[in-house]
Amino acid sequence: MTSERVLALRGRLDAETTARLWRDSMQAARDARGETLVVDASGVEYCDGSGAALLAALQQEAETSGGRFELRGLREDLRRLVALVAPSPAGPQQGPRVESRIVRLGRAALDALAGARHFVAFVGEVALALAWVMRHPSQLRVRDTALVAERAGIGAVPIVVGVGFLLGLILAFQGAIPMRRFAAEIFVADLLGLSMLRELGPLMAAILLTARSGSAFAAEIGTMKVNEEIDALTTMGLDPVRFLVVPRVVAAVTVVPALAMLTSLSGLLGGLLVYRSLGFPAVTFVNRIADMVSPADILSGLGKAMVFGVIVAAVGCLRGIQTGQGAQAVGLSTTSAVVSGIVGIALADGIFAVVFYVLGI
Amino acid sequence: MASESNAEPIIRVEGLVAGYGDRTIFDGVSFEVARGEVFVILGGSGSGKSTLLKNVIGLYRPWQGRCWIDGGDIVAAEGEERRAILRRIGVMYQQGALFGSMTLLENVRLPMEELTELPDEAMDRIAASKLKIVGLEGFEGYVPAEISGGMRKRAAIARAMALDPGILFLDEPSAGLDPITSAELDDTILLLRDTLGITFVVVTHELASIYKIADRVIMLDKETKGIVATGSPEFLRDHCEIEWVRRFFRRETGTEAA
Repeated sequence: MTSERVLALRGRLDAETTARLWRDSMQAARDARGETLVVDASGVEYCDGSGAALLAALQQEAETSGGRFELRGLREDLRRLVALVAPSPAGPQQGPRVESRIVRLGRAALDALAGARHFVAFVGEVALALAWVMRHPSQLRVRDTALVAERAGIGAVPIVVGVGFLLGLILAFQGAIPMRRFAAEIFVADLLGLSMLRELGPLMAAILLTARSGSAFAAEIGTMKVNEEIDALTTMGLDPVRFLVVPRVVAAVTVVPALAMLTSLSGLLGGLLVYRSLGFPAVTFVNRIADMVSPADILSGLGKAMVFGVIVAAVGCLRGIQTGQGAQAVGLSTTSAVVSGIVGIALADGIFAVVFYVLGI
Repeated sequence: MASESNAEPIIRVEGLVAGYGDRTIFDGVSFEVARGEVFVILGGSGSGKSTLLKNVIGLYRPWQGRCWIDGGDIVAAEGEERRAILRRIGVMYQQGALFGSMTLLENVRLPMEELTELPDEAMDRIAASKLKIVGLEGFEGYVPAEISGGMRKRAAIARAMALDPGILFLDEPSAGLDPITSAELDDTILLLRDTLGITFVVVTHELASIYKIADRVIMLDKETKGIVATGSPEFLRDHCEIEWVRRFFRRETGTEAA
């Protein structure tokens, strides 16, 4: 006959007392090798789910460490509870599959490939939908488009003006310091006019649009995806691209040039302030810019802004549509929309720089 | 297991007036729930079942009225007192409301991690035991997106039970479940009531489930903005003085009765 080790429990066995008992009693169960662990529960007045889990865990622990287990004096209803919470002898069988590194690498490569294919297909779909809307302008969802244009465009005016003004101010100030050494401060106007209208205005407006609206597009569409609203559109026979993406892209293309122009003008205003403080009259500033900046410069800036608008809106919508399941997925899409939007803008800007150089614009 | 009529009620709601904006949903609702009973809130669509539940569990503050849960007034309580009352209840929401970024085990562990002193191993074992009670043994490592809607509801019940509350509120537990899963869920409810003595407040309109689990039912009505009938489902089916309530419990339509 094997020897016995008795563990007597009294009083209430709830989450609070279980927390205090757990370590010592489990150690007693582990030490019961070759012995019988007897839990005397005749003094237990109350036992909840945590207490029952403790009793079940003691049994499992005693038996896996080669001992035996006996539960004495527990009320019948509580005994049923312990049996209910005890893990099945076979233990968990259906845990998630653990994959080897090679399988995970392969899966990641396939995912990347599928992502690229999806991206190309999406670009095609958006292009087709835009072409279709150009041929049938009456089919554009004007109300949605106007609403997006208002939120993405008019809503962005204060920040665009503020950032543009400060940018111009800083640029003029920083430019004036080295130029002063050559008595060339007067050319601050040339520097500012060209860089703001051709490069920084469109770039800044597009980056601000990505942060404000590209992220919002991804979050809106992503939440719709999670709520199965995109599925509902599809089963109604409506094309999600035409319904959700086109109004956003059209709105973005419309507002970004205006925002770019506003950024540039605010920048020039900021620059003018520095120019005046250097002792030059405002008319010199205006004349130098008029001399330096050609209409082609302004038009190329606006053209770039339109392309940036398409990129920001399309990437935001794409990331929204690619959203997975759950709240976390919406957060990931939003982040991804901003990051890919800014990368897209930088790439496009680089391509424009090369093309304009080759064409001599 | 019928409740003892002389026992102190575990929930007491008095003169609850609540609504949205300027629209009144309830105008003076009062009821009591006895310890260890399965109490069902019933009513047609739009009668405010879920709104009543949210007022009782303190998610919404009613315009007027009081609500005592296990001796504490949830309407008046603030701060630590309020949190103490909330720790004594568990709630299962209609859609489960599991945290999508966590596994089922982590979902059930979360309240224990935040509110108890249990060692890690104990939390794992207790959380696993809760999942076993609701029939999800073996699915501890899954995230909510990987399991079915019925399983998500059961996991949500397991999470609601994490701290072994004395009262569980279930909002439409069987909606969207197949009859077998729904019946299994009913068995789980009865088992928890009988073994752990948990009091259940269930919002549902699944008649089969009501007949099986309900000790007492209150019937809400959109027109009168209050409770029109109270009693066991069998009593309401056979003896309620309001004809449409009797028809409701017999699953009859108006034209069939006429």
